[in-house]
This record gives sequence, C-alpha cells and structure tokens, in this order.
Amino acid sequence: MTRQIAVFAAVLMSLCLLAVPGKAVTPDEILDNPVLEQRARDISAGLRCLVCQNQSIDDSDAELAKDLRLLVRQRLTEGDSDTEVIDYVVSRYGEFVLLKPRFSAQTLLLWGMPLIVLLIGAAYIMMGRRGDGQTPTVLTAEEHAELEKVLQSRDQDP
Amino acid sequence: MIVELGHYALIMALATALLQSVLPLIGARRMDQSLMDFAPAASLACFSLTLFSFFALTVAYVTSDFSVVNVWENSHTLKPMIYKISGVWGNHEGSMLLWILILTFFSALVAVFGGNLPSTLKSNVLAVQAWIVSTFLLFVLLTSNPFARLNPAPIEGRDLNPILQDIGLAIHPPLLYLGYVGFSICFSFAVAALIDGRIDAAWARWVRPWTLAAWTTLTAGIAMGSYWAYYELGWGGWWFWDPVENASFMPWLAGTALLHSALVMEKREALKIWTVLLAIMTFSLSLLGTFLVRSGVLTSVHAFATDPTRGVFILGILVLFIGGAFALFAMRAQTLSHGGIFAPISREGALVLNNLFLTTATATVLVGTLYPLVLEAITGEKISVGPPFFNLTFGPLMIPLLLAVPFGPLLAWKRGDLWAVCQRLYAAAGISLLVALAVIYFSTGAPVLAALGVALGVWLMAGSVTDLLTRAGVGRAKLSVLWPRLKGLPRSAFGTATAHFGVGVMVIGIVAVTAFSTEAVTTLRPGEQTTAGPFALRFEELRPNNGPNYTETQGRLTVLRDGEAISQITPSKRIYTARRMPTTEAGIMTTGASQLYVALGDETADGGTVVRVWWKPWVTFIWIGAVIMSLGGIVSLSDRRLRIGAPSPKRAKTPVPAGETQ
Repeated sequence: MTRQIAVFAAVLMSLCLLAVPGKAVTPDEILDNPVLEQRARDISAGLRCLVCQNQSIDDSDAELAKDLRLLVRQRLTEGDSDTEVIDYVVSRYGEFVLLKPRFSAQTLLLWGMPLIVLLIGAAYIMMGRRGDGQTPTVLTAEEHAELEKVLQSRDQDP
Repeated sequence: MIVELGHYALIMALATALLQSVLPLIGARRMDQSLMDFAPAASLACFSLTLFSFFALTVAYVTSDFSVVNVWENSHTLKPMIYKISGVWGNHEGSMLLWILILTFFSALVAVFGGNLPSTLKSNVLAVQAWIVSTFLLFVLLTSNPFARLNPAPIEGRDLNPILQDIGLAIHPPLLYLGYVGFSICFSFAVAALIDGRIDAAWARWVRPWTLAAWTTLTAGIAMGSYWAYYELGWGGWWFWDPVENASFMPWLAGTALLHSALVMEKREALKIWTVLLAIMTFSLSLLGTFLVRSGVLTSVHAFATDPTRGVFILGILVLFIGGAFALFAMRAQTLSHGGIFAPISREGALVLNNLFLTTATATVLVGTLYPLVLEAITGEKISVGPPFFNLTFGPLMIPLLLAVPFGPLLAWKRGDLWAVCQRLYAAAGISLLVALAVIYFSTGAPVLAALGVALGVWLMAGSVTDLLTRAGVGRAKLSVLWPRLKGLPRSAFGTATAHFGVGVMVIGIVAVTAFSTEAVTTLRPGEQTTAGPFALRFEELRPNNGPNYTETQGRLTVLRDGEAISQITPSKRIYTARRMPTTEAGIMTTGASQLYVALGDETADGGTVVRVWWKPWVTFIWIGAVIMSLGGIVSLSDRRLRIGAPSPKRAKTPVPAGETQ
C-alpha cells in the first residue's frame, strides 16, 4: 500500500513522498553568529537527508536531518572550515550524503557529459558544414569550363 | 454492472487497437483503400471505448463504490466531489487509464483532422499510434486493472492522499499528459515517414502543429505542477530537480528543440534527418519518464527488484519502441534526402545553435537523473545527484542560449547579416543595461550577477518586441503604415514573440526569487511581530477549525505596512481524518507580482508557535512567464497556415490512390 502511494504520488510531480510539513530549521537550532549560521545553511543545502527522497537536510524535518544540522553547526562553532565539516559528514555517512557528487573516476562521465555532448554536437555541425556548405559557393576552374561547354552546346543546338 | 462494462470496453478497445495496428499497414502496402479507411474508424472506436471505460471508473468514484479495490484504496465518502472526480487519476491504475485515454484521443484527432493527409501516411501514422495504444492497454489489463473487485465491500474507503486533495490534481495531470502523450503523434509521424522512406515539407507542416499543441500543454502542465508543489509543500521552493520533475522536463526540453527544428524543416527543407530523430527522442523521453515514475525504480533499485512486474512490463514497452524506432531510423535515415543549404549566420544557423544547446541540456538532465540508478546497479555504490549539480551544469548551458534568442528571429533565412541584426538590437541591449544599473542602484548591495540576470530577462522581452516592430517596418516604413503592417503579420510571428517574451518574464522571476527573497524562522507568541520584506507580521492566535474530511489548526497573522493592518494571512496545519496524515497549508499573500509566504511549524512549550516567513519578490513571474509561453503556443497554433492546412499535399495526393482505380 505504501508503495502504491509512493508510485502514484510520484507521477503527479508533486514530490508527495515528502509528505511532511515543511518545518526544517527550527529557531532553537539557529546560531547567534549570522555568518556562521549562513555557512551552516549553505552547507545544509548540499547535504542529503538520508531517510527522505531527494531532500536536503535544510528542507527536511526528519529527526536524522535535525541531528545532521546540529552536527554541522557544532563543527562550525568549533572552528572547522566548510570543507572540513563536509569531509567529516562524508566520513560518517558516505558519498551518498552529498547532493553534488564529488568529481572522481566514478562521476567522470556525469560531470563530463554536458561538455562531451556539446563538443561532439558542435564538431558534428562543423563537419556537416564543411560537407555541404562550401562546395556550392564557388565553382572550380574545371567546373567553369564544363559549364561554358554546356552553355555553348545549348546555344548551338537549335 | 457499469464497472464490468468499463472493463469489457477496455478489452474491446484492445481488440480494436490490435486490428488497427496491422490492417492499415497492409492497406498502405497494397494501396487497398478499404483497409486504409479502417484506420480512422478504428481510432474513433478505440477512443470511444476508452472514454466509456474511463467514464465507468469515474461513476464508481462518484458513487463511492467501495467494492472496486481502486476506489476503496483512494476515495472516501466525505471527500468533496471535485476530489472524488480528480481522484480517478490520483492513483497508479487510474492515471494509466488517463494516459491511454489521451493517447487514443490524439489518434482520434488525427483521424478527424487528418482529412488532407496523404492516405498512406495517415494509415501508417494511425497504425503506429495503435501499436502504442495496444501495448499500454495490455499493460493496464494485465498488471494494473482499475476495475478489480473486492468482496465483501468495505463500508468506508481509505481516502486519497491528502497532498493530492487539491485543485492542482484536477488540472495538472491532464495537462501534463496532454503534452507528454501528445508527443506520441510526432513519434508516429516520424516512424511512419521512416516506414515510407519519404519525408518532405508537407510532413513537417503536419508535424509542427502537433508538436506545438503538445508543447503548449506540457509547458502549462509543468508550470501548474511547479506552482502546486510551491504552495502545497510548504517550504517555498518551486523547482526541486527531483527525478519525477526531470521526467517531465526532459520531454519538454527535447520538444522545445523539436519545435524549432521542425520550423527549419517546414520552411527550408533542411535538418530532415535530425528532426525525425528528435521526434523519436522526444516521445522516447516521455516513455522513459513514464517508466521512471511508474516502476518504482526511483524509490530505489531494490524496491524495483522486489516487485518488478509493472516495471519490467514498461521497460519492455520502452525497449520495444525506442529500440525499434532507432533501428528503423538506422536502416532508413540514409534514404532521406538532405535539404536546403544555409550559411552559418542565418535563421537556420541560429535554430541549429538552439538545438545544440537544448539537446545538450536534455542530455545533462538525463544523465543526472539516471546516473545514480545506473551506478548503483553496476557497482553497488550509492551517490546522490541533486539540485547543486543541476544548477551548476544546466544553468551555464542556458545562459548562451538565452542570450542568443533575440538574434534568431531577426536573422534572415539562408544567409543573415549579423551586423544589421546587432544594430536593430541596440535599443533592446541599451534598455537591458539600464535596467541592470537600476537594479544595482535601487536594491542596495544587490549582487552584480543578479542585476545581470534581470537584464537577461529584459533583453529577452525587449528582443521579442524588437522582432515584432522590425517586422512591422519600424525605422524603414512611414509611421502611418506601421499599424496595419503590424496587424497583418502572421499569427506565428506573434506566437514566437509572445513565447520568447514569456521566457524573459520567467527569467526575471527566477533571478529575483533566487537573489532577493528573504526568510525568517522565529517563534511567535500571540501579539508578537516579525518582519518580512517591506511588511511586518503580527501573530494573532492559533485556532482550531474543521473541514469536510480534516481537522486543522489555523494560525491568524495580520500583515502590517508602516504600522497599518492591510491584510490577514491564515496558514494552517491539517490532519486528514481517514489517513491520520498531517499536511501544511501555506498562507500566501500576493501583492503585485510578489508574494508573502507563511508556513506554520511546531508549537513550543512556552506557548509560542514556530513561524516561517518568506518574502518572495516577483516570484509569480516564474509561472506568469510560463503561462505567457503557453499563450504564445496557442497564438501560433491559430496561424492561418496551420488552420487552413497546406494545399500542396492535397493536389499531390489526387493522382496517387492507385487502389481506387484498379
């Protein structure tokens, strides 16, 4: 039954699986230092809530998401840099937690695809151009001679 | 009884569709007019039968017949009537039935309006369409029967998922499916052309309106879904790069490319092979989207593996049609002739550029959506691909494309003069830069990127106005003739300009809400205030409230401007009785194009309530822009050229029907 709900909800493009009220960050979590808080928000937006479907911990009200938010804030107040915080979370929960996957051998194709498609497409268009585009614009000397011959023979015909 | 009749009608529809899959093809081969004539008749019959079947299911919902499993699982006697009706497609079985209904609807449209199509092409198109109908009918009848009975019948139903109990459900899926499934016609035309091995400008003239119609509804459908998610989910986001959203966005991107390449093909007979390929790809992406959403593969690869019946069935359909179409394409593409020649700087060149970027964008979204699934299936490693990835890859692809948009319509066919076009766009560029400066000046400390983003939107809007004015002859003709000339422009010119204008409006909305929205999360006790944008909000009270099938806690907040109360906002938290499921209903106040968005959180121990307030300047431009784009599509569809149809293919047709003379 739950699976059915999940399936039909999905098609309606309404992210119904996230059928939880948007509570997310609560006032008691917010850090007093606005700079640190903003950094915490930015980091949170890139970390996946592991028990939700495609939702960042910044948007989710799941318990686990709250724990992670608190963890991020705790590390930040202890003086970690953004990278250190993210590395720490990844070391505990794995690469799955990152909504923006890191560049690695496994994600090479993922990150490279837009560029590959763009370049191949552009190269294909260029080659196609060279194929049909240039030839008809100017006649070669031989073609000129040929044309002359044809025109003259036509003049003589009637 | 009517439920059984509905089931029976669906089986009859399958039988009809199976015949329609074969007979017209044979007819087209043998030039047998009577076999070819079977196609339109069968299409209409198939549509009527499916419509009856759909009606039967609707009756079961309206009368709350809980002896039908599907109704019991998704309805409730206390549910308001509109949700009883829209609930028909608010579940897997019903929504597949809607899918098929729309598929047969499009076949029927071709049958009715395809009077001046060459009869072999029409037969082939309808046969291909019937292949799709047959496979999906089989799918529903074998794996997702909406008419299954339950004995004994329960007294009360289990209600519809509360999130879906919204006017959005009544509008969004039908619109989305009209677009999604509408591209099947382009697919069928492409496959029919490949079967025939012949393709010409008349083909493109036929395909373009269907593409346009599908694109128009898909645009509106996606926008509607976006707004629905925005107000229903309660955290103010409007696009999440969720795989389910991507599933509908990919056909849209490919369809937009198709719309533009079909234009080149119609006007200049160039890009034939590419257009056919794109038509196949667009509907393939629709099928892929259906697979992703319907099979449960998105939840996890493992969920898919535990109950694979439906998923494997759709995967089979997917492989059959995509594989078959591409194989046919590989065999026949060489026989299609190359068309007109054009210089790189020309209208055609601009449209090729458009296609390059849109195709790359489609590929990016496709790879981003499927990569985690494929990686997990192959290596077992789990990664996530979320909004930051798409923003970083998709965004940069859109910028050059959008910058180039105003140039396209101003360039001449075959060989354009880029310098002359630049001169015509001076005014538009000047206005955009002025706006950028104004944004920086008035919104103190606005990031330069945001100002440039707004300028990009203005550039698109001004560019489309320039396009129309140039066509009317501003700067060349006398003022007195401008108005009549503007009125005399073809509707398609207005359609193009309107749609491009809409893109500009949407860009402004996106940039504004990304750069300038503010968020406040605070705990408020009655009487306390918080600020949001130019407003202050005073929390008045929390009060209980009862709806037809839910109970809610409603917050009442007064909106103050300069100390004066101007409005009230009432966000609420609901519990739907039947499913004990909580939802939030955001409170939204629209002023101008901007919105104040309030959502309630938990109550705290000391009598306060957590309140989340967003000020979202110009946010409605996002959806208004999409609506303008759709309007552009409608205006373009009403073009005389498309209404009247092309005279040439009809004349060409007359000597052909050998079947009649024999």
